[in-house]
Amino acid sequence: METILKLLESNAHLTPAQLAVMCDKSEEEVKKIIAECEENGTIVGYKTLIDWDKTDRAYVNAMIELKVSPQKDLGFDRIAETICLHPEVQSVHLMSGGYDLLVVIEGKTLKEISDFVFNRLATMDGIVSTSTHFILKKYKDKGVIYNSSDEDKRGNIL
Amino acid sequence: MINYEKVLSEKAKGLKPSGIRKFFDMLDEIKGVIALTVGQPDFVTPWHIRDKAIKSLEDGETYYTSNSGLFTLREEISKYLSRRFGIEYDPKNEIIVTIGGSEGIDLAIRAIVNSGDEVIIPTPSFVCYGPMTEMAGGVPVFISTYEKDKFKLTADALRAAITPKTKLLVLPFPNNPTGAIMTKEDLEDIAVVLRDTDIMVISDEIYAEMTYGGKKHVSFASIEGMRERTVVVNGFSKAYAMTGWRMGYVVAPREVVAQMYKIHQYAIMCAPTTSQFAAIEALRNGDTDIKNMTEEYDRRRKLIVGGLRNIGIPCFKPEGAFYVYPNIGGFGMSSEEFCERLLYEEKVAIVPGTAFGKCGEGFARISYAYSVKHITAALQKIENFVKKINHERNKVK
Repeated sequence: METILKLLESNAHLTPAQLAVMCDKSEEEVKKIIAECEENGTIVGYKTLIDWDKTDRAYVNAMIELKVSPQKDLGFDRIAETICLHPEVQSVHLMSGGYDLLVVIEGKTLKEISDFVFNRLATMDGIVSTSTHFILKKYKDKGVIYNSSDEDKRGNIL
Repeated sequence: MINYEKVLSEKAKGLKPSGIRKFFDMLDEIKGVIALTVGQPDFVTPWHIRDKAIKSLEDGETYYTSNSGLFTLREEISKYLSRRFGIEYDPKNEIIVTIGGSEGIDLAIRAIVNSGDEVIIPTPSFVCYGPMTEMAGGVPVFISTYEKDKFKLTADALRAAITPKTKLLVLPFPNNPTGAIMTKEDLEDIAVVLRDTDIMVISDEIYAEMTYGGKKHVSFASIEGMRERTVVVNGFSKAYAMTGWRMGYVVAPREVVAQMYKIHQYAIMCAPTTSQFAAIEALRNGDTDIKNMTEEYDRRRKLIVGGLRNIGIPCFKPEGAFYVYPNIGGFGMSSEEFCERLLYEEKVAIVPGTAFGKCGEGFARISYAYSVKHITAALQKIENFVKKINHERNKVK
């Protein structure tokens, strides 16, 4: 199962037939495993990695470090879940170290992001402080190096 | 004006240019080709290995090393051969670090072959053994291996090729281009033929780390009584994705190494120092890299064999190296014609089997040192091509 998940993680386009032959399983078995993983939430979704810098679309990403006072019995869960509800928010992680939650958000402009931080995040109950870092350039994401050349430079040696 | 026809070496002029050059030249002219032709890994050398090489440059390690290579490297090679294949070689006088496996093959042939000696070379196989034998004044004796034998060298075929002039046998396994391997039992059959003769063996084990289906590589030197007659050639190119570093080695009994050593000393001096530092790191901390790369090759091997069989191209399931060697003899054209048409009509490049010996007619070599995405796209195009030629042939009927 782990091999199938790893292969799918690197290339969601692989068909059950291709996965089956690579993993010494039948196509039916592979379909069943994938269906189970989708069902139980191991496979959370399928998305496409896009380098938006290659398009004209205007966007800004920022990482926001949040210090949060945990709530009785709920810890950080409640506030993290609330933050997740905002469509601008791309990811939310509970962190060890100097701050508590790391939030990655996307907006069209710097102003849109600062508005979001000041008006929506900073004002939430339990948020002690925020620290916003704008992302200037993406070099590698989800294991994929951006702008790496596909050119095959290997010499034709038998 | 010098007449070059007259002044140049007869032996060098007598060497046949590699037949595949013409095909590769064609390939260079066409844009957008999906090539499955190269004989080298698609992985980049693992970073920790590159990093150690950079460190050695920062530290100013830019001298010649001793002729045989850094002693630490020879010690690591000795340990590696012992732990992986159970063969023991003394780093002091039984190991030479060479410029790729190729130099090792050349050294061994030149150190063993006298003028007129016959060298038995199983084919299809890598293209260098014959020409190097000729340059050493020897006579290459090519023998065929067959699909029905899983492209192994059989004891019978070997026995039939031996004459009083036979000096040397080349054992090119795991094999490029067929992907065939020789198991312990297969090698023992060969040993039976050689025992009580003075025939020497070059065992080219450069693909030793690439074996699949739980079949671990067995070194010919580990077969009882064979160490004394065997020169083992190995290197870093394939196992650690280090082709460009040009790092290989030969190991043999000290009497043999003493002769190879002189040739290496005068012709080469020593292997590149930066590469030697990288190689030490590879042997010390590269086992996981090999495992990961081999697992990935294995998945591609299954994908491509399965894909070809689905298309209706019979394909021997290779157990080593990173090539498949499908049988394309059933399409009513020569291997070369098949590969040229596939190149021009579908823009997919594979190597005609004849590049690896006459007995390669009817076969082609496909390298799977390419990404799954690349292989999948190529398989689709090969399928289109096969449908098309089957359609043409049905019309003719």
